[in-house]
Amino acid sequence: MYSHSYTTMKTTEIRLKTEGLNIYYGQKHAIKNVNLEVFTNRVTALIGPSGCGKSTYLRAFNRMNDLIENTRVDGQVLLDGVNIYDRQVDVVELRKKIGMIFQKSNPFPKSIFENVAYGPRINGMNDKKKLEEIVQRSLKQAALWDEVKDDLGKSGLSLSGGQQQRLCIARALAVDPEILLMDEPASALDPIATAKIEELVYELKNSYTIVIVTHNMQQAARVSDYTAFFYMGELIEFDETKKIFTVPAKKQTEDYITGRFG
Amino acid sequence: MERHFQRDLERLKANVIKMGSLVEQNLIDAMEAVLKNDAALASKVIAADGNVNKYEIEIDNGVVDLLALQQPVASDLRLILAIQKINNDLERIGDHAVNIAESAFRLVETPQDEPLLEIPNMSLIAKDMFQQALDAFIHLNAQLAQSVLESDDRIDALNRGMNAQVVKMIKKDPKSIEGGLELLRISRNLERVADLTTNIAEEVIFHTQARIVKHHSEEEKPRHK
Repeated sequence: MYSHSYTTMKTTEIRLKTEGLNIYYGQKHAIKNVNLEVFTNRVTALIGPSGCGKSTYLRAFNRMNDLIENTRVDGQVLLDGVNIYDRQVDVVELRKKIGMIFQKSNPFPKSIFENVAYGPRINGMNDKKKLEEIVQRSLKQAALWDEVKDDLGKSGLSLSGGQQQRLCIARALAVDPEILLMDEPASALDPIATAKIEELVYELKNSYTIVIVTHNMQQAARVSDYTAFFYMGELIEFDETKKIFTVPAKKQTEDYITGRFG
Repeated sequence: MERHFQRDLERLKANVIKMGSLVEQNLIDAMEAVLKNDAALASKVIAADGNVNKYEIEIDNGVVDLLALQQPVASDLRLILAIQKINNDLERIGDHAVNIAESAFRLVETPQDEPLLEIPNMSLIAKDMFQQALDAFIHLNAQLAQSVLESDDRIDALNRGMNAQVVKMIKKDPKSIEGGLELLRISRNLERVADLTTNIAEEVIFHTQARIVKHHSEEEKPRHK
């Protein structure tokens, strides 16, 4: 089990935490006894080679793994001190609090406006003026407003890849989440669109707590405050991003980030 | 959308300018202390050097963070590499200001009648060179940086002249040996200040024009041409 000393960490309030978390897919032990803390209004990046468990771990934060057959979760995932795997926890409410952005942008085949208004609508919001306010605020937060404000009736699918991804971020923000989980949100985008998403992540941390999975180590370095390195289901090292990318404590981390792995 | 990297880089550059201003003031004060026999001013220079050293460490850390986390390229990369070297040059110039302040102390403690010879002249040239090099860095002005390089020969010539003049002075009045040696130390420190200032100007040219001009390298082998 990995533990860290916090010697260099400037901790803020802990928002999310896992204690002795194990995740199994049938016989496969995908996440092995992981203890980790996610701090409020900070970006935490999860890095590691393919199959290391970083996406599985991310999905544990809003119980997305529940949707996968033969999955078993042991240990605790605490949101503000409450175990989200407790029976009393309403998963729909949980996912309102914890939004998710996926690798491939997935706008609905609806207008830009309706994509963003969708979440508030299914939560019972029908006031047209309020919906307009929410759509505008969310699109502004997602740094998309200026590009689409003149044609909100246009299909979300007509936007470029980078714009679609920002539309999905606006859609996630519209239901007023507190935490954003991002699973390789820029891996299908060109460098300019990627830079926009990265800046967006950097800005959004002022209002949200963000956990991002990326296979791009440089991206983790650029956008995150904390980095967790996973290997074969284990958390090898967790520390401030500055420390991980300058003086990592573990040789395995050093070997991975310097490209000497394997 | 402006990248936060650009803001971090501007902050790093601003720190170099602040450090440069501090070193400039220390250099001016150290020379004033020599020219006016002012021990209090010499003490001020020695006390202020700690702040120069703090800037050096802060800038060092900033350089490492930007290199490790932001993967800078092209002019951004050249600016960060230039800053790393300028940081080192400024710290050294700060040390030379301290050496000059220490000489000022000794001259106050053992008052003698010898003239300062070329020291006032060298001090003016070194100060002008330093101010121009810092301005060239602030405004990314390669032309101004080039003019700094051309001034270095004048300081070198005056420094060489100082040796002969001090020897002559000591021969004439053997009691002036202590003061004479102090003048040589100050002269040598000013010559080093000018050399390091030249390095700063060379780094400005490297950043703005991607040219390596040190050691007259362009005359032998132009880079990427």
